[in-house]
Amino acid sequence: MQRFEAGTVIDGFELVEKLPTGGMASLWRATNPRYDFPLVLKIPFLDPGGDVSVILGFEAEELILKRLSGPHVPRFAASGSLAQVPYIAMEFVAGTGLADVVGNAPLQVDEVARIGTEIATALAALHRQKVVHLDLKPENIILAKRGAVLLDFGLARHAELPDLLGAESSVPMGTAAYISPEQVLGERSDPASDLFALGCILYQLATGEEPFGRPATFAGMKRRLYHGPRPPRDINEAIPRWLEAIILRCMEVDRSRRYVEAAQVLSDLRNPDQVVVVRRKPQDVGVWAAITRLFRKTDERSLVGKPTMSRTQAGPSIVLAAVDLANGSDALAGEVLSETARVLASREDSWLACVTVLKTEIIGEAPAADETGRSEYLRRLVALKDWARPLHLPEDRISYHVLEAVSAADAILNYAEHNDVGHIVVGARASSAIRRHLGSVSTKVVAQALCSVSVVRLKAVEEQGLHRKAPEPIAPVERESAEPDQ
Amino acid sequence: MRIAILSDIHANREAFDAVLEAVYKREPDQLVLLGDLVGYGPDPVHVVEKAADLVAQGALCVLGNHDEAVVLNRSDMTENARFAVQWTRERLAPAHFDFLARLPLSLQSEDRLYVHASAERPAKWFYIRDVDAAERCLSSSDARFIFCGHTHVPAVYYALPGRRPIHFRPLDNVAVPLSALARHLVVVGAVGQPRDGNPAACYALVDTERHEVTMVRVPYDHEETARKIQAAGLPGWLGMRLKIGR
Repeated sequence: MQRFEAGTVIDGFELVEKLPTGGMASLWRATNPRYDFPLVLKIPFLDPGGDVSVILGFEAEELILKRLSGPHVPRFAASGSLAQVPYIAMEFVAGTGLADVVGNAPLQVDEVARIGTEIATALAALHRQKVVHLDLKPENIILAKRGAVLLDFGLARHAELPDLLGAESSVPMGTAAYISPEQVLGERSDPASDLFALGCILYQLATGEEPFGRPATFAGMKRRLYHGPRPPRDINEAIPRWLEAIILRCMEVDRSRRYVEAAQVLSDLRNPDQVVVVRRKPQDVGVWAAITRLFRKTDERSLVGKPTMSRTQAGPSIVLAAVDLANGSDALAGEVLSETARVLASREDSWLACVTVLKTEIIGEAPAADETGRSEYLRRLVALKDWARPLHLPEDRISYHVLEAVSAADAILNYAEHNDVGHIVVGARASSAIRRHLGSVSTKVVAQALCSVSVVRLKAVEEQGLHRKAPEPIAPVERESAEPDQ
Repeated sequence: MRIAILSDIHANREAFDAVLEAVYKREPDQLVLLGDLVGYGPDPVHVVEKAADLVAQGALCVLGNHDEAVVLNRSDMTENARFAVQWTRERLAPAHFDFLARLPLSLQSEDRLYVHASAERPAKWFYIRDVDAAERCLSSSDARFIFCGHTHVPAVYYALPGRRPIHFRPLDNVAVPLSALARHLVVVGAVGQPRDGNPAACYALVDTERHEVTMVRVPYDHEETARKIQAAGLPGWLGMRLKIGR
């Protein structure tokens, strides 16, 4: 086996400094004038008599990293073939390793939420690129300036690539402390597995303890199918109920009860006041319960539920409905509601974020701060809930947001981006001279949204149709001001 | 090097022409015809003559079971196939028979073996429909890549030393990586009679530098082919299946 030392040059990459690593590969800081970003070379330990899964993992990581892009993964530079010197050259990501942060746990609640938000954002970006990480753990997460960056795709799975690694192995692959129950049973394709690992990481950050320890045996790993972790608040009373609810929902064994998408975790972490805290049923305790459990023959596959993909492909996970209630609910608001119902119907577990904008005149002024502002805010919230009531959504699928902003469009866009909204429904008033001149809310939302947008318009009544056909341009009767046409 | 591999054209002129047009745009270095030029379809003369032209220009071509049946007047086939063989024999000229009769059962080029059915015993025309059949095929050759057709359903099998092959169903138009660690059996989908539920014609594009194979799908006017099948008096099902890709 070739030995590497500082100064060794491989395909134009000069090795500079060896970095500490695990047992599968060595990591070297490297330089190469052909690349304008700092580099690291990952060189797998290939022992001719060794485990074939090491090489398969190396090959899988190269294939997947090549296909990934965006700020939440290291940039791929080059790779060396197995026939010569196998290596993967990628961007060196500067930042704080989450492994170092975990050492200081338990952390403050807002710090746990902030880190959780960053990881959930990175996972959402990864899952959008059809990749499941399957080995999410603090050692594989860097908190960089540009957000969380995920490392080590040696166990990852791309939905459109063959999974030689999975077909090869009969033992569960992952890290004992964070591996999801379905992975323990050999399933390697569900993005929800990464959300389970995220739950374990949040648990650890909030409590300072690993939820399942580090079982060394298959049977030890399997325990998590039957025994939940100690509730976080039993360990650390300072953890608020909403955070505990988020952590435990990530860690649900049954995937029909777990979060389905990272965007939902993100949304809950960003809106703690909207998290539904369910009083958990006390666990079956006592000798008799233990004995019956022992003799009950359960199908382990049924415990982990169905893979989430069939649901995630059906429609958007989070729908944002923006409705203008400044003058109460009107025909357009009713139409927005109907369209929202249609979008939600494509997927039975989608979430709805109802948004209305309370306009402030000047930047910095907070109308909710004074008494009249506060009452206006509450009036809108009540109106918003009343508007959404005909949808009859259970409270864990719907949230309400009265946003105070100068620009309604900016407020909607900002909310949509920060909560990884999958679809926006927004109303548009009939065209008018002023609106054409200043631009409308819906126009701006359509132009700048990062997701699909449905623009709802009332079907023009006949008089307006006549106006349009008139030979001379006649300005239609002005009914609204330009802005509030969300 | 980039290689375009066309299998199971089955006298389908519309599909063959559409695929060749798509292939030329990709400018491959090598063209391979994996057998079953004739049978089932209404345009055997056009397809055989076109294939002969391509071979004259450097394309590789192997024999398929339908080609053999037409040459040898074999009748050990399904009823529709047997009917089509007879129908085809009545339309081909001696030069066409001669071209088909000279086709080899398999061809090897560098580390690639081309064969219509299983490499296990090519003249037995075994189908590769499962891991067992793939394993027998892979173990009867030491080529790093075996390309075959015959099933009309695309598949890639990866064989790691001392282990059972791993099956992968390639997605349409998405490149499938070829592993440096494994030997491969690539089952190419059909040009002239797809049976994987997608009526679009299929051919394989191999890129030896990028270590990838892609099952490229080419929609074509199968309504016209079905009309010709009807007009020629060939069994109606042969036209119907083109519309549904079964």
